[in-house]
Amino acid sequence: MAITFTLNGKSQSVDVSPDMPLLWVLRDTLNMTGTKFGCGMALCGACTVHINGEATRSCITPISSVAGKKVTTIEGLSADGRHPVQKAWMEEDVPQCGYCQSGQIMSAAALLAKKPNPTDADIDDAMSGNICRCGTYQRIRKAIHRAASSMAGKAHSAA
Amino acid sequence: MTTAPVVNRRDFLKKSARSGAALVIGFHVTARAFADQAKDQEEKTPNPFDAWVRITADDRVTLVLGKSEMGQGVYTSLPMILAEELCVDWKQVHVEQAPTNPKIYDLGTGGSGSVAGSWLPLRQAGAAAREMLIAAAAKRWDVGTDTCKAKNGFVVHGHPERSLRFGELVVDASKLPIPNLNKVPLKNSDDFTIVGRDMHRLDTAAKSSGKAKFGIDSRVDGMLYAVIARCPVFEGKVASFDARKAKAVRGVRDVFEIKTSGRGASTTGGVAVLAEDSWAAIEGRKALEVKWEEGAAAKESSEELRNQFLANAAKPGGVLRNEGDANAALEAASKKVEAIYELPFAAHVCMEPMNCTVHIRPDSAEAWVPSQGPQWAQAVIAEAAKLPPEKVTVHTTLMGGGFGRRYQADFVMEAAQVAKIAGKPVMVLWTREDDMQHDFYRPASYHRLQGALDNDGKLLAYKHFQTSTSIAAKWSQKGENDPGMGEFGTGATIPYTTPNIRIEYTLAHSSAPRAWWRSVEHSSSGFVMESFVDELAHAAGEDPLAFRLKLIGDSRKIPQFGEGREDYHPLDTARLKGVLQLAAEKAGWNKPLPKGQGRGIAGFYSFFSYVAAVAEVSASSAPYDVKRIICAVDCGRAVNPNGVLAQVESAAIYALTATVKDAITVEGGRVVQSNFNDYAMIRMNEAPPIEVYIVPSTEAPTGIGEPTVPVVAPAICNAIFNATGKRLRRLPIRREDLA
Repeated sequence: MAITFTLNGKSQSVDVSPDMPLLWVLRDTLNMTGTKFGCGMALCGACTVHINGEATRSCITPISSVAGKKVTTIEGLSADGRHPVQKAWMEEDVPQCGYCQSGQIMSAAALLAKKPNPTDADIDDAMSGNICRCGTYQRIRKAIHRAASSMAGKAHSAA
Repeated sequence: MTTAPVVNRRDFLKKSARSGAALVIGFHVTARAFADQAKDQEEKTPNPFDAWVRITADDRVTLVLGKSEMGQGVYTSLPMILAEELCVDWKQVHVEQAPTNPKIYDLGTGGSGSVAGSWLPLRQAGAAAREMLIAAAAKRWDVGTDTCKAKNGFVVHGHPERSLRFGELVVDASKLPIPNLNKVPLKNSDDFTIVGRDMHRLDTAAKSSGKAKFGIDSRVDGMLYAVIARCPVFEGKVASFDARKAKAVRGVRDVFEIKTSGRGASTTGGVAVLAEDSWAAIEGRKALEVKWEEGAAAKESSEELRNQFLANAAKPGGVLRNEGDANAALEAASKKVEAIYELPFAAHVCMEPMNCTVHIRPDSAEAWVPSQGPQWAQAVIAEAAKLPPEKVTVHTTLMGGGFGRRYQADFVMEAAQVAKIAGKPVMVLWTREDDMQHDFYRPASYHRLQGALDNDGKLLAYKHFQTSTSIAAKWSQKGENDPGMGEFGTGATIPYTTPNIRIEYTLAHSSAPRAWWRSVEHSSSGFVMESFVDELAHAAGEDPLAFRLKLIGDSRKIPQFGEGREDYHPLDTARLKGVLQLAAEKAGWNKPLPKGQGRGIAGFYSFFSYVAAVAEVSASSAPYDVKRIICAVDCGRAVNPNGVLAQVESAAIYALTATVKDAITVEGGRVVQSNFNDYAMIRMNEAPPIEVYIVPSTEAPTGIGEPTVPVVAPAICNAIFNATGKRLRRLPIRREDLA
């Protein structure tokens, strides 16, 4: 039976096993490979997407539980790859191998949506579910602060 | 059978392209391409416009990347070298992965050797292309080449200056004679405009938008996905299997056995579950029933291995180095220090699990491989497909980490075997559990260090006995008869002055696969040497930094032990002292710390680079907290300083994980750990600040991906000793060792 949800702003239907995790629906059924497989147990965060705005590990999220919800993946975070978090990632040269970075960026974007000016402790809380084997943590931290300032600057100039 | 008859990794890197009978290497940028090797280049020089530089009429400059990108930044640093000599505007540059053509490229990527080994050959290639463009312009203007010069993608001449774009010249230039690479003029480093500047990585936009394609992202029309059930016991085999339940899983297409393969691609064999998507394959494998023939390794365990270590340590080992008479000096000395150090198996844990996509057709094959050794992958697929290697096109993809793991071709062989039977394009995908339990681990090792001191704190003798599950026992031609030098690396080149040195080795037997893990043998050698010298300093009652500097002594060059050539990258004691002093200065070595905090230092020479680290720990809160790590590195000229910083930061965190997290242990011949719950990684909330300082240098660039790893564990353990008086002699640090 088809399951329908909103994917990056567009309605999407898939006819797969209801227990198939969202991760594999994205990657293999829909060929949207930006979301990564890292552990299959919600331990590493490489598969992080937003479901109704919440950072969620797609590798343990059955597709049936996504019906009717809004899913945002790295491909849909911004139209042009210029979300403030993505820009900050480029300015700080965060990625090395880059494999975990879709998940890192999705976790960071969800954090900033809730806490526009996060403390280091907020960053620890929000980001410690995302493993980076290249050890880019201090650049991620800097980039999140940078993105926060740039978003605050924009909010300020708009006000 | 593809075999890899190699003795150590450096030889392996030199010979990797020759490792399969089907492979022949011609001109290549080896990981260690130094001048003497150039004499071996029998093939004619490739046209740089075929091999390295593509310029279109509209001035789009594409530089070819002849190494694999696994995070270390070669996608940026190597084109920087080419672009510098070519004299193009960095903003013009695009990068393209080299095809797997062993006649032109040695794509083997490892040994921290990409920049070091490519430095001269890529400068020569870029300079040759530049000279050919200049010659084409000179011909068109009918002037002497010496009156023209290249600048930012143009050749210019005269006053008032006239110019031709490279795009206008490239067709003519590519037909001109190729300059002799050994004589082509290279730029004076004072004129560098690209090399030595902090450049943003060229792959960041793709890696921040989900667009970067890793091996696991390969998608081919009509492809299927497979996972493989492998015997959990090392070297175990399939006895029988029942596929009925697996085939009943929605999306599963087929289930079949694949055989173990030889030493070169070293696979375990197993039962492949082929399906329409990854999930169905994973679920199919869960439903699969397999009976295993576990074999003799089922009785192996970490405890049994430690008993072997203890038994080996009770007897003298094979003598690898013997100068003076260390045993007599130890016997006679009034002040003796002895310590046992232990390191476990360690897993690579690339974030992207192993995978490979292969399509075998009757007359050709195509593969998408996240590999540090694409040429080896090509040979392996050719063997499985029964095709000549030149009929196998290998697309080298981005890699989600490598760390040495992706030098192996086991996952490639499996994909080729499955694809051959399936008759369709297939991705063989490993789960995290597969990756952690079927790795090629950093050897487990046990070390006894003995030193003798006189009353002035002079080192009278240094003795290092090691027993380990060596890499060479698995990979070298001599196998278990290999004497074990590869387990010491530069740890056998002692920078601390002493008249009596003895190094002994005894092999311990294990069926656990072993191979090259980030920094390889130096991860243990650095820990052991730099922990022990700290113990010596304490015994002598001296400051650990001052004691090291005193024992290193005069500035001189110490030949690398076991190299057989005195001039082969000798250890430069001035550079070693330089990084120790720089790290100490930046850390405020002499500034007192609050009670409960401690500082430790370590310095080590590996991959021809010098790295020192100072760690600061707080032991006031249980059990301890690494506050910051300060690193100083001398890796010769830093091609992209920003990239050097990133590599040092990365290696420090990688080493920190191995220092404070988990060990790979063995029970019943199988690896106990399976995922990030029981083999944990450093995370954001545990990552200390890493400060990095680069020693300015005009020496040729040397390795940077690995040489930070060896100094982190000893710096931390020495800092904990400084804070608490507790010596930590086994890794990873365990809570009970701190009690």
